[in-house]
Amino acid sequence: MLGLNYYLILGAILFAIGTIGVLTRRNILIIFMSIELMLNAVNLTFVAFSRYLDIIDGQVMVFIFMTVAAAEVAVGLAIIVAFFRNKKSINIDDLNLMKW
Amino acid sequence: MELIIFLIIAIISAVSAFLVVTQRNVIYSALFLILTLCSLAILYVLLNAPFLAAIQIIVYAGAVMVLFLFVIMLLNLKKDEFGKDRKRIQKSLGILFAILFLVEIAISIKLGISRDFVGSAAPALEKGFGGPHLLGELLFTKYLLPFELTSVLLLIAIIGAIVLAKKKV
Repeated sequence: MLGLNYYLILGAILFAIGTIGVLTRRNILIIFMSIELMLNAVNLTFVAFSRYLDIIDGQVMVFIFMTVAAAEVAVGLAIIVAFFRNKKSINIDDLNLMKW
Repeated sequence: MELIIFLIIAIISAVSAFLVVTQRNVIYSALFLILTLCSLAILYVLLNAPFLAAIQIIVYAGAVMVLFLFVIMLLNLKKDEFGKDRKRIQKSLGILFAILFLVEIAISIKLGISRDFVGSAAPALEKGFGGPHLLGELLFTKYLLPFELTSVLLLIAIIGAIVLAKKKV
């Protein structure tokens, strides 16, 4: 049986890659996908802990996270569609309506 | 044996995650994200969470990513609309901070949890751990309120998505 650290480190790597995506890209769709990636990294950590602590509540939590993520994707993509319809662009630099 | 499977899956998921971030074409990013999600599902199986693995493939790799691809194709982006990337300084700073963040997590893993868990074998499991029976029982007893609240959340999300995406009346 593998140690817990393997899974934690993999989760950390995936989360860091997601962070790179959010920080370096301007395409709003790719930023959104990076956020999904970070969410999944956290899910992996949750499942790993739930296995190694032998507490199944972590898996219930991941189940609820997945529902929340699905809702988030639906609303976020709707926002992206509305944004593209108004600005004809998916570059986040054009999202400056609230900028002072 | 388990180590070999883990390493193969870990490399697949990390590389495809990296490709999600670096790919210029959004469609390719989405396809690589599906690959990452599927490999995570295999890791869930390794971690005795078969039900979550199924849900991961059905909900994430299935429904969510279909929604993503649907929107990408609906927007019908031309090559020049993919958008320029950030300036070089922003890019290198972003990568630097992400790596610093990774190092920080690694250190805290090493300092914190490792003392109790590292190397120690995972505890033996009761029968049906991670199966739908046990999860369902918990969802309808201990976590009944969050479960019901999720349904309200989904309803709100549906209404919000329709309101946001429809044309002005």
